[in-house]
Amino acid sequence: MTIHARTVSPATRGPSLDRRLFMQGAGGLTFAVALGLPASAAEAKRVDLSPWVTLATDGTIMIRGPAIEMGQGSRTSLPLIFAEEMDADWSKVQIVRAAPIDAVYGNPGFGGAMYTAGSSAVTGYYKALRQFGAQVRMVLLDNAARHWNVPITELTTEPSVVVHKASNRRLGYGEIAAFAEVPAKAPEVRESDLKDPSRFRLIGHDVMRVELPTKINGTADYAINLKLPGMIYGAVLRTPVPGDTPATIDDTAAKAVRGFIQTVPLPYGVGVLADSTAAALAAKDALKVTWARKAKGWGFDSEKGLKEFAAAARDPARPSKPWETAGTGAAALATAASVHEAEYACDFAYHAQMEPLNAIAAVAPDGQSCGLWVGTQSQTMAVTATANTLGISPDKVAFHEHLLGGGFGRRGPRDMEFVVDAVLLSNAVKKPVKMVWSREDDVRNGRFHPLTAHHMRAGFDASGKLIAWHHRKAADIVTEFQDPVRYQKAGQKDFIGMLGAELKTYGIPNRQVDQITMDSGMRTQALRGIGFGPNKWAVEVFLDELALSRGADPLAFRLDLLKDAPRARAVVEKAGQMADWGRKRDGRGLGVAYIDYSGTQIAGVVEVSVDRANGQIKLHDVWIAMDCGVAVQPDNIVAQTEGCVVYGIGLALSERITMVDGEVQQSNFYDYLIPRMRDVPPIHVELIVTQNHPTGVGQMATPVIAPAISNAVAALTGKRLRHMPMTPDRVLSVLKA
Amino acid sequence: MSIAFRVNGRQVTADADPESRLLWYLRDQLELTGTRYGCGSGLCGACMVHVNGERAFSCQTTLRDIADKSVTTIEGLSPDSSHPVQKAWLAESVPQCGYCQSGQIMSAADLLAKTPNPTRDQIVEHMSTNLCRCGTYPRIVKAIERAAREA
Repeated sequence: MTIHARTVSPATRGPSLDRRLFMQGAGGLTFAVALGLPASAAEAKRVDLSPWVTLATDGTIMIRGPAIEMGQGSRTSLPLIFAEEMDADWSKVQIVRAAPIDAVYGNPGFGGAMYTAGSSAVTGYYKALRQFGAQVRMVLLDNAARHWNVPITELTTEPSVVVHKASNRRLGYGEIAAFAEVPAKAPEVRESDLKDPSRFRLIGHDVMRVELPTKINGTADYAINLKLPGMIYGAVLRTPVPGDTPATIDDTAAKAVRGFIQTVPLPYGVGVLADSTAAALAAKDALKVTWARKAKGWGFDSEKGLKEFAAAARDPARPSKPWETAGTGAAALATAASVHEAEYACDFAYHAQMEPLNAIAAVAPDGQSCGLWVGTQSQTMAVTATANTLGISPDKVAFHEHLLGGGFGRRGPRDMEFVVDAVLLSNAVKKPVKMVWSREDDVRNGRFHPLTAHHMRAGFDASGKLIAWHHRKAADIVTEFQDPVRYQKAGQKDFIGMLGAELKTYGIPNRQVDQITMDSGMRTQALRGIGFGPNKWAVEVFLDELALSRGADPLAFRLDLLKDAPRARAVVEKAGQMADWGRKRDGRGLGVAYIDYSGTQIAGVVEVSVDRANGQIKLHDVWIAMDCGVAVQPDNIVAQTEGCVVYGIGLALSERITMVDGEVQQSNFYDYLIPRMRDVPPIHVELIVTQNHPTGVGQMATPVIAPAISNAVAALTGKRLRHMPMTPDRVLSVLKA
Repeated sequence: MSIAFRVNGRQVTADADPESRLLWYLRDQLELTGTRYGCGSGLCGACMVHVNGERAFSCQTTLRDIADKSVTTIEGLSPDSSHPVQKAWLAESVPQCGYCQSGQIMSAADLLAKTPNPTRDQIVEHMSTNLCRCGTYPRIVKAIERAAREA
């Protein structure tokens, strides 16, 4: 009997585990690796059938979940894909967090990293997890065949049961666990061995997300809730601009705070330790620190900066990097019968995840190992940042994954600065430290959706066909700041900032998109919708202006451009039907926008009215039609899309970060306004379910909203809003112009 | 100085600064971490509890404010997640990240205690105290309507 229950410590990871073996099952998959067995599992005997699953004799099936959970549902949906092909009884499945090992659990569709971002979990793991689940089902069939001494071809499965119809015998998966032999090599799985989608029992059928019951009774395990023995509390005052250092530190007033323990000077700020979070935050607020003012960002003013960005986008002599070129590019404008031009802008915006950033670190007395408890979008980046900070190897970091109280991109920077805060504070005292940012810290230390300026030109030929498109965008490089490693790997392409500027589906023969790289010295980061937010703002509003310039209906104009993209047409037509597009409404306007978001086809229509006295835009309805291919968890996709719309409403209408002399001017939810329930209209979502490979859903509707609103306001008033967010003062000034 | 109050039916005597905030006392001293820190300024509602049956921002409530009063947190709303609002929250799959949801549930329970059959406008008005960044508002409305029906 060959039951492998070896637990691999992080020390044994690395080159010995060739990722391809696990990901492709190319004849070499060792099934002998099992990680992170839950202490709460039954007393039953267990067998590790693969790195992904442990089976107990009581029938419990423990499946590893490689994605973190921040509300998007992939902690449930990834193991569910595996369970589908394993033919597991879902009621017997326990989901176990996968250990932080990229080589085994990294996302094959996202550079092989354990990094839950980019709406890439389901789309990236889908094929691999189906294959791994099918391999494990084959191992179970093979064991049953040998146990009964019958040909494997006579066996079938029902949920968690192997069936031999000829002899009317049945073996539960748990029974097989008692004698299972696990082959050293993974069985080969062909496409034809996978389930036909018509036989799916789990994919396409809603199940309750596994952690949901903990989110209605207060028990959900966010890191901020944890209390360790001997733990003290920390807070950090951080330099307002990146790269600066403290010049003078006066902690006299901090020391007077009841519960204060000590001050910890840091390279980029000043930490304080205290006997409670409240005391730590109060002591941090009492610090008086001056800064060296050597970093680039000092002096930056976002209003003046935007003017410089716009001038750079407008100036054809300004050097640029190509992002997309098709046909003869911008040169085709010279052949156009008419050329249209417009400029658009987006302000900085803030993630505003509801759980402020925090982490708990416990550096050992010798400084040679560290425990880490954190909600992060990348388990392995958090481990690496900790190891690098302490100068130890990653296997000396004991990582504990927690639920995230929101992510939206904020919890995924390569440097994991909020983890480093905790590690440095703990290292100063060699005690467990819970480090928490106040909301004000979270806003002021934000890493923002960038400031952008867009200069757009387009040309029609004499017959009225749109033949040329030129989009020049000026902005800071997001990817380089957020993740220098991926920036280099990507050949210094700023994909986080630029994605969405390319136009894959619109039939415009000559296109050119250029990036003019600015350097404001500010912090930037992927934020829900990434580059699609500002880029689709410019693209979809400009297209609307082009349609109106021809006297064309904006929806029909898009359908005409999409005539060779049937999935795209389908969502635009559907959104139009849902909204009853052709029906005029008194005092109301309709606007449409369409996006090809990494394969997901999405269109939205909004209905608005405008209070001409105060400039308030009121939303009455939002209709979204989306085709993301196979819908693994349909109701969750609808929930994500509703959430995307709400997020998009905030970015469109009210969310705005400004900087003066490099310092963020906002501090909390009174001056950074995210949508409340009263700001949100009825949201109608329809999925067009196809059998295409599943694509992302977690952020796709967000960038639809702002352009659709501007387009609706134009339909109603004839006036064009070109600067996001469309705050009441901006609306008023445009209405009066 | 010691201050006496009740939390989820338990008598508590706090030896603490009377001006300190209930939120942190609940979280750090009593380890009732279902009550969440979101803004510390009474703007987001993640910290919502009931004080003598009325909802209150625990981040804006001092220990002095609750002397001899009775506090209910999400942990005390029901012993087994059986409060109609909690059941409706699951039935409608409301939570996404979940961080704000204790506060949302406490606000919703407060609404239904006073207004058992709220109109949609009453729901929107009452619940606009509580921020949800994931955007679960449409489902919160549905869940409150369900809880009103099924209570």
